[in-house]
Amino acid sequence: MSEKQKIIEIEVLRYHPEKDKEPHKQVFEVPFTDDMSVLQGVQYIKDYLDGSLSFRWSCRMAICGSCGMMINGEPSLSCQTFLRDYYPARVRVEALSHFPIERDLVINMEGFIEKLESIQPYIIPRETRTLAQGEYLQTPEQLDAYEQFSSCINCLLCYAACPQFGLNSNFIGPAATALLHRYNVDSRDGGKSQRMELINSEEGVFNCTAVGYCSEVCPKHVDPANAVNQNKTNSAADYFLRFLTPKGGAK
Amino acid sequence: MKQRTLKRSNAPIFWALFGAGGMLSALFGPMLVFITGIAVPLAVVLPADTMSYPHMLAFAQNIIGKGFIFAIIALFLWHAAHRIFHSLHDIGIHAGTGAKLLCYGLAMLGTLIAAYALLAIGF
Repeated sequence: MSEKQKIIEIEVLRYHPEKDKEPHKQVFEVPFTDDMSVLQGVQYIKDYLDGSLSFRWSCRMAICGSCGMMINGEPSLSCQTFLRDYYPARVRVEALSHFPIERDLVINMEGFIEKLESIQPYIIPRETRTLAQGEYLQTPEQLDAYEQFSSCINCLLCYAACPQFGLNSNFIGPAATALLHRYNVDSRDGGKSQRMELINSEEGVFNCTAVGYCSEVCPKHVDPANAVNQNKTNSAADYFLRFLTPKGGAK
Repeated sequence: MKQRTLKRSNAPIFWALFGAGGMLSALFGPMLVFITGIAVPLAVVLPADTMSYPHMLAFAQNIIGKGFIFAIIALFLWHAAHRIFHSLHDIGIHAGTGAKLLCYGLAMLGTLIAAYALLAIGF
């Protein structure tokens, strides 16, 4: 290490369910350079200071959505958050809010996976087509309707940001609603009535109080708050008009 | 996948009343504050007797005036009730059914009183 080596204090929330009664903080002194991300900081801790530290990561470039953490209280991808922006102050790293901690910075995302399955995140074809009929064609306008919502990487930062999910974990939540909306507004899809049942339910969009922090923290510039609030209108229309429509609206 | 039974939320009723009240308060609220709080008491822009008893009685006896007063009072109350109920939730008070009954019950009470008073005042 050169004399100019900068050292930053990283405070990590530790929790080993077999040993610890409750999560506690531990501070590490980590030498860093200006190009080091917070993820690289915790990797340094694991490699050189304490091999028992657990966290998820993979791509290091904001594509895989694995390394979400609370950094100084803000839901962030640790791979695109830089230590230099906190130095010389201490930086605080904790597991994502509103989720049960599995170990250290690793959260249990089972609840989200169930939600993801329940929205049927795939195209349910509007009409059956044979291979010989060729591909589905879409206009640029039809693509625009859903494209931004398809950028979700399931990093769960929006869930850590959502106060309503924090209060009621049954709420389907921002990312799942954004993905649900992505398929509902796809011109090739015909599964809307199946998905609306979830939107209309007590677990659905009306849990949202339009805080909007979910869209702010999204690293992929998805606007889940927009999807949720468009579906409040859809759901309210369905609620009042279902008696007038021949099919009785969505279930 | 875990099978769940989904219960349809009745939130759209309250959300629609909240939305209607919000729209109305945004459109008419500032104007009403100006008329009732500034223009009439200070007699600027509007004559001082704009809100005199005979004028207001005539306004409340007119079918359109009646409808306006009812919509303003009832929808503002439903808007406020919903806002207060969810703000309680936001600041961590999960009073549940009790708070819901209190918030929406007061709005309902205000709505009924307004309806009764407007009908009692005659046409």
